[in-house]
Amino acid sequence: MKKFFITIFFSFICFNLYAAGDAAKPLKVDWSFNGLFGKFDRSQLQRGFQVYKEVCASCHSMQYLSYRNLGEKGGPEFSDAEVKAIAAGYQIKDGPNEEGEMFERAGLPKDKFKSPYPNEKAARAVNGGAYPPDMSVLVKARAGGANYIYSILMGYDENPPANLKLEDGVYYNKYMPGYKIKMAKPLNEGSVEYADGTKATVSQMSKDVTAFLTWSAEPHLEKRKRIGFKTIVYLLIFSILVFFSMKKIWSRIETKV
Amino acid sequence: MSETNYKPTSSFGKWFDERLPLLTLFNGHLMQYPTPKNLNYWWTFGGILTFCLMTQIITGIVLAMHYTAHADMAFSSVEHIMRDVNYGWLIRYIHANGASMFFLAVYIHIFRALFYGSYKSPREVIWILGIFIYILMMAAAFMGYVLPWGQMSFWGATVITNLFSAIPLVGESITQWLWGGYSVDNPTLTRFFSLHYLIPFLILGLVVLHIWALHVPGNNNPVGIDLKKDGSDTVPFHPYIVIKDLFALVIFMIIFAGFVFYAPNVLGHSDNYIPADPLITPAHIVPEWYLLPFYAILRSVPDKLGGVILMFSAILILAALPWLDTSKVRSAVFRPIYKQFFWILVLDVLILGYIGAMPAEGAYVAIGRVATVYYFAHFLIIMPVLGFVEKTKPVPLSIADPIISGSGNLAAAKKDKNLN
Repeated sequence: MKKFFITIFFSFICFNLYAAGDAAKPLKVDWSFNGLFGKFDRSQLQRGFQVYKEVCASCHSMQYLSYRNLGEKGGPEFSDAEVKAIAAGYQIKDGPNEEGEMFERAGLPKDKFKSPYPNEKAARAVNGGAYPPDMSVLVKARAGGANYIYSILMGYDENPPANLKLEDGVYYNKYMPGYKIKMAKPLNEGSVEYADGTKATVSQMSKDVTAFLTWSAEPHLEKRKRIGFKTIVYLLIFSILVFFSMKKIWSRIETKV
Repeated sequence: MSETNYKPTSSFGKWFDERLPLLTLFNGHLMQYPTPKNLNYWWTFGGILTFCLMTQIITGIVLAMHYTAHADMAFSSVEHIMRDVNYGWLIRYIHANGASMFFLAVYIHIFRALFYGSYKSPREVIWILGIFIYILMMAAAFMGYVLPWGQMSFWGATVITNLFSAIPLVGESITQWLWGGYSVDNPTLTRFFSLHYLIPFLILGLVVLHIWALHVPGNNNPVGIDLKKDGSDTVPFHPYIVIKDLFALVIFMIIFAGFVFYAPNVLGHSDNYIPADPLITPAHIVPEWYLLPFYAILRSVPDKLGGVILMFSAILILAALPWLDTSKVRSAVFRPIYKQFFWILVLDVLILGYIGAMPAEGAYVAIGRVATVYYFAHFLIIMPVLGFVEKTKPVPLSIADPIISGSGNLAAAKKDKNLN
């Protein structure tokens, strides 16, 4: 009886109870960052950044990231020189200067990622009224997390079901709630050319960019898992010590604990 | 109860204690305080809850140093905490999951009191203070959930504050007064932040009263009988209960750490990582899991005002429980029928929680209504009637020497006790 209730109770709080609309069940990927000791694959994050930079960044901002983050521990870990070069590839509006004028300068590692549009209205105007969401925490902002993002990228199909009516500028995606998405298929075979020789298949690019987005949503994931393991081991040992201290103390009187 | 012959050993201790007897107070209430020998692990949640409160206050104070309470900056200041503040992610995840752990502990604490009749005379005031604490906890948790200014923050705040508009005549004005405007906006956020910082200290004050009131009659215990006057049923709080509470606390912390480090977002809603947008309503607006049963009760009534009244009654009815329960026996161990109803109530509340998370349509509404009716029936009908009709088992005369007057049911009673 007791066990039954405890099981029910924990399944209540542990599982996501929130319902989603009609869509296919998302694909499952065995991510390197899953599990107790999960870590990011550095070269995957670097490739993922390349996909973001060359494809996603033309519509999606990442306003909470700075270029310096790309060189930080636990992330893509680009070298300092690479980070400076990446940042310098952008023109950043700064100012006002001594004369009170705004001016453009080359980006520095301290700068936030440059957004593709000056504001939300501009983004909507270009994208048929849809606003490409900021990608900084996108993985955490979708119920299925990394698997869901990967599935969306893989969920495009040239031949939608015949009974589905698609309006102009709306595309079929079998993992999207309602099967409809306003983003055109972003990744095609060879959309980017990887420097490390990895073949740029749609699945490969989707995995890489999803890993990158997972890191951007949770930049301290590796540290969190590392500290977590140590904390729990510490607490387990401590609990054993406390348990035997308790037994010892209670043995002074006849009542069992 | 707190009579003590304590004398500080150091000369400074003596000097200070004569002027302000703090040491005597601590010695009486945290060390010598006589506690029933037979308390089981369900009794460790008082200490766990104190730990939860202190964790929330300490992490909360640090978060407030880095958080910006402004509609345009709140979301990004939370991201700043998660990314750039040293161990900000850890502090925020402890605080966010700490709220859930706090409620998990408080629900166990409340149901423990329901099972063992801890609310009954002479402990009514402890119980009612506890309900005040619980209500303040819900207010604090609700306002805290608004602060990151995500989609669920905004729309949750909109739904809950709109409840007050159901009040006849003045409802509209009250709602606008709460908002500080004509909708949930920056003034709402800043006042929620202010109150969110205030309430934990009110809770802390009530906790002191709660413990003070507890230390007058002393703890209830699994057998539910009054303790013998000679002290043979009790052990001093320190070290016996302290070490046991500590053990339970460490186990609790392991579960807590499991959430913080390995599933920090599983208890929250993913929509809250989308910045608040007054123009886009989320498909399903759901509160945090610990408020779901009340949300289900609210939605089970088609009329808004009726729903609001019923929801508040669902909490306030608990305050009347010491008088609604007519049984002379405290512990469910000796109440075979009540024990069944207790577990049905647990199940009923879980069902209400499940319904609260589901969309209000179809069979969910019907199940929600039945569960709501049962919830009130439990307190208004079953509890009063049961006291008269239930044939209770014989109760032992003391904890230390558990001889049951004229019966050999002790073995059965003991077995029951172990089961629970």
